[in-house]
Amino acid sequence: MPDVAIIGAGTTRFMRRSLETGKELSYEAAKMALDSAGLTLKDIQAVCMGTAPDAFDGLHMKGEYLLDGAGGFGKPYMRGYVGGGTGVFAPIQGWYHVASGLFDICLVVCEEKMSSCQPHPQGAFLTIFDHTTERPLGPNLLWIFALEMNRYMTTYGIQKKDIALVSVKNKKNAMDNPIAQLPMEITVDDVLKSEVLAWPVQRLDVSPTSDGAAAIVLASEKVARKLTNKPVWIQGVGWSLDTSYWTDKDLCYPRYVEKAARMAYGMAGVKEPKKEINVVEPYDPFDYKELHHLEGLLLCDKGDAPRITADGVTQRNGNMPACPSGGLLGCGNPIAASGLMKISEIFYQLRGEAGKRQVPGKPLRGLAQAWGDLMQVGTVVVMGVDKPRAKGKKAR
Amino acid sequence: MTKSNSHKVGIIGVGYTPSTPLSPSRSYKEMVFDAAVRAYCDAGIEFSEIQSFVSCSEDFLEGTSIFDEYTPDQLGAALKPVHTISADGIFGVAAAYMQILTGRFDIIAVEAHSKASNIVDIEEIDSLALDPIYNRPLGLNPHFILGLEMARFCHETKTSPEDCARVVVKNRRNALDHPFAPFASNLSIKDVARSPVISEPLRELDVARHSDGACVVVLSSASAAKKMKKYPVWITGVGWSSDAPSLETREWGRPLYAELAGAMAFKMAGMKNPRKAIDFLEIDDTASYKELQHLEALGMCRRGEAKTLLRRGETQRDGSMPVNPSGGSLGLGHLLEATGLYRVAEACEQLRGFAGRRQVKGAKSGLVMSWRGIPATSGAVAVLEI
Repeated sequence: MPDVAIIGAGTTRFMRRSLETGKELSYEAAKMALDSAGLTLKDIQAVCMGTAPDAFDGLHMKGEYLLDGAGGFGKPYMRGYVGGGTGVFAPIQGWYHVASGLFDICLVVCEEKMSSCQPHPQGAFLTIFDHTTERPLGPNLLWIFALEMNRYMTTYGIQKKDIALVSVKNKKNAMDNPIAQLPMEITVDDVLKSEVLAWPVQRLDVSPTSDGAAAIVLASEKVARKLTNKPVWIQGVGWSLDTSYWTDKDLCYPRYVEKAARMAYGMAGVKEPKKEINVVEPYDPFDYKELHHLEGLLLCDKGDAPRITADGVTQRNGNMPACPSGGLLGCGNPIAASGLMKISEIFYQLRGEAGKRQVPGKPLRGLAQAWGDLMQVGTVVVMGVDKPRAKGKKAR
Repeated sequence: MTKSNSHKVGIIGVGYTPSTPLSPSRSYKEMVFDAAVRAYCDAGIEFSEIQSFVSCSEDFLEGTSIFDEYTPDQLGAALKPVHTISADGIFGVAAAYMQILTGRFDIIAVEAHSKASNIVDIEEIDSLALDPIYNRPLGLNPHFILGLEMARFCHETKTSPEDCARVVVKNRRNALDHPFAPFASNLSIKDVARSPVISEPLRELDVARHSDGACVVVLSSASAAKKMKKYPVWITGVGWSSDAPSLETREWGRPLYAELAGAMAFKMAGMKNPRKAIDFLEIDDTASYKELQHLEALGMCRRGEAKTLLRRGETQRDGSMPVNPSGGSLGLGHLLEATGLYRVAEACEQLRGFAGRRQVKGAKSGLVMSWRGIPATSGAVAVLEI
């Protein structure tokens, strides 16, 4: 099985409403990624597409519509899909394209154009619920995450002000990111005084809706060595989908993220994630989600994430920087694209090319994670400057 | 692309529910559960032994956004690696195939289903796949694309609408020998020619009608199959590809996606002369002319020659190159994203010699091919051998 490296990345600006169509956004990101790897579309053997619900665009078979923008014309082209986790799943899909030995170079493109959904993209999420048991209640996403946030706070006795620190940190980190939609310097007080959307979720607890696209280029070891002297290796991948019956499980802990993380750590040969992961991009569509996911990723003990946040461990200059990119709270959340943006951020951090966002101490290994569906799916990629250690470990 | 990966991945179990135009008493979850139980029994495994799952679906066909939310439970896949491929089942087989080749997985299940009878207006859904700026304002029934394409194909290859009608007659007669084919019937060319026009020259009987069903296929690595003492149907080649999605820039007479997907699969299978190496084909015939078009694109005959083979009876079940001995989509029904997976299951039964009255004698290798439907230009191919 060939080892797989990331050799190029590109991300468009994230914004509330872009003038470009989804095809054009895909094209821009794909072009940026190809340029950064010094390649043209001719060199690409296969294309993987990631994009979340068709309902945003009102387009059936959105993957087919986007394919020429993403460079899939005349090539093996496949769209993988795990809801909000798609952004980190698409590179996993690209990984198995290359690791299978069938392809040497694979382009992974993730696009989301939420603004075409009128009057507000949240409307598309009304159709994600079970048509018999849930939709008659008229739930929306903010409503179910308010439940989850409440459960998390109640279980561990966490205060809103502990959680708000995440929003403050990420929006500030985004000040250094040129693609960011909502970079700002705010205080905990600002978060606590912002408009209540569905208690305890307030305006500044949640990421915005966005348009944007991101792309990366994956290559087998043989090709990667020829094209770059700074390949970033995919050391481990993991994904896990929990039951559809989200109402039957305890929402205080994302066990599906733990499953996915354990799979990725096993593949990467990571035994002590707290020590061995140097920089992390957990999925943060809501501020409490970053904390939730840090725990699920076994990067801190259960219920302990607010403490390490307050201690500054997750600051950019802390021991384990989390969301140095600014995350979704700061950069925006074009669903699939934001997950791939996190992969790109770790790519830049490990290469030492993150500019003002660079975390100190030459990180050796990083992790990007996304989450999606009805509090259901975790997708994890462990990346490093060294090749993966544990060869041939089977998934469990 | 590296050379032959043959005989590393095989199919050890298939299960499906009977294709049926209506299924008011059962939900898609129940149908998928049934298909999964049959496939797992066929493979002789417990669901807990499966390491990864692939499901194939499109949101709009399910009426639910982020449909992959609803895939794990009925497969016994909760808290396992599960992902959706938004495409036909053969794409799902390709995804599972690649995962096994990485060496990280041994057993993977692929699922696809159709609950077409739940869709109030399937043509409206199809029209939502048209470009929202350039094509949708025309307000045309999406079948116009099939009509235009059929006209172009017939013109370029000097194929007549009667030849296309022959495909319908052949496939729906083949379906008479299938225990579950809802559209089996003994038609004549005249019956097809007399059916109402949908979009000239396409007629009502030229188009496969929709049907409900679920299908699950279990793939295994060669080493695991050996350990379990299984005799898999080997997947020796897969291929998938896409042509231009826009109506304005695609080539109307030639399905480029099928040419590229076929070439990729044959190369992988190490088949220099697929015409000789393939014993039977289960290929997309969601519209009658598509069978002929795909046959040529896959390199099974020269351009314009498919109609001749058909007229000579070569593509009959007892001919030299049986095409759609199951009855195809025209006989079994158009099973949405499960279309290709049903045909994979069908090909496995042929290769195992369990196809009963529809058995192709001495079948050792088969080719399965699917197309994603109007207005898509994506297709996938799998080469199966025993």
